[in-house]
Amino acid sequence: MKRQNKRLTFVVVGLVAVSLATWLILTAFQHNLVFFYSPTQVLEGKAPIHHVFRVGGLVEHGTVHKDGLRATFTVTDLRHSLVVHYDGILPDLFRAGQGVVVQGRFAGNDVFMATQVLAKHGANYMPPEVQAELKHSLAMKAKGKA
Amino acid sequence: MIKYLHKYGAPRRFYAISGRVLPWSAVITVILFVSGLYLGLYWAPPDYQQGDAYRIMFVHVPNAWMSMMAYMALALFAAAGYIWNIRLADILAKCTAPLGASFTLCALVTGSIWGKPMWGTWWVWDARLTSELVLFFLYVGYMAVQASIEDPRRAAHASAIVAIVGVINVPIIHYSVYWWHTLHQPASITLTNQPKIYITMLIPLIVMSLAFMFFYLTMLLVRARNEILVREKDRQWVRNLARKIV
Repeated sequence: MKRQNKRLTFVVVGLVAVSLATWLILTAFQHNLVFFYSPTQVLEGKAPIHHVFRVGGLVEHGTVHKDGLRATFTVTDLRHSLVVHYDGILPDLFRAGQGVVVQGRFAGNDVFMATQVLAKHGANYMPPEVQAELKHSLAMKAKGKA
Repeated sequence: MIKYLHKYGAPRRFYAISGRVLPWSAVITVILFVSGLYLGLYWAPPDYQQGDAYRIMFVHVPNAWMSMMAYMALALFAAAGYIWNIRLADILAKCTAPLGASFTLCALVTGSIWGKPMWGTWWVWDARLTSELVLFFLYVGYMAVQASIEDPRRAAHASAIVAIVGVINVPIIHYSVYWWHTLHQPASITLTNQPKIYITMLIPLIVMSLAFMFFYLTMLLVRARNEILVREKDRQWVRNLARKIV
């Protein structure tokens, strides 16, 4: 075999081997790589409920109660939900309907005591007028159906 | 094909050709940056959710894209230099690494500045942020290996392995937001779907991305030309060149 072809083969085989190794490692650490659990996972016992962990989901409409810095709200994945208690400053993007990731401890039943609240935002970017129009046309559509 | 590459890959020839390309790519870079910044900071409307704060996207996203693209270029150059002994490829790989590392660092820093007001934190160890940090360390590792071996051929060979192995990380960065739950949102712009960015915000982003691409090209040419002069300083053509300038 020519030396160049030898080196080419070495690179290709090496890359395949490293990809395989990486894939195995990532599969093995799948659980540790998850940044947050959904409320359903928590209630099904798939989260490390005896340690500090994170829960992610949407803030349910009409569940946000604020009393000074103390806040209570419900995080849902549209199947199950958890009641979150938090004492601290909420991020700017925090609002009903918004995705959030809360860190803290599970307090039993469906209560979660959070020590940190992070807001997630979607991949959508648009001007406020367009958002208003979109909302309007969606509302019209919903009306038409009903 | 390889012979052709060797001919045009001769550093002396590259020096001549790049000398003619350089002023053009520099001018295009400046024009793109000025218009991109104008479009991004004045012309584009505020976002419905993030207001004006989203405008950091116009530097964050191109830096993040370039950090990955530069790594792909680094791995390709390094592999070509390693497999076919193309001297120019070695030089281009060596000169790409610090540029890529800078793009990565800028992406991390701007992302952090964006993360604090929007997410509520400077940094989280989610899969996207962590894999991008790993990319930075890969660049640094490549540069460390390069710097630790004096002979350019041997330095290129040894560091090429780092560059090629590290390329595994690029798809991991890209797909991290789909494979795992992350705080970072999924991509707004993909090849297969309609962009999730409104057109008046998309145009500045595209202009800024082109600006960063041309910036990379310009800086790569400048760095590669310097590297060529250093490596060939004992050759007659470089001496003639030096005599002409003095």
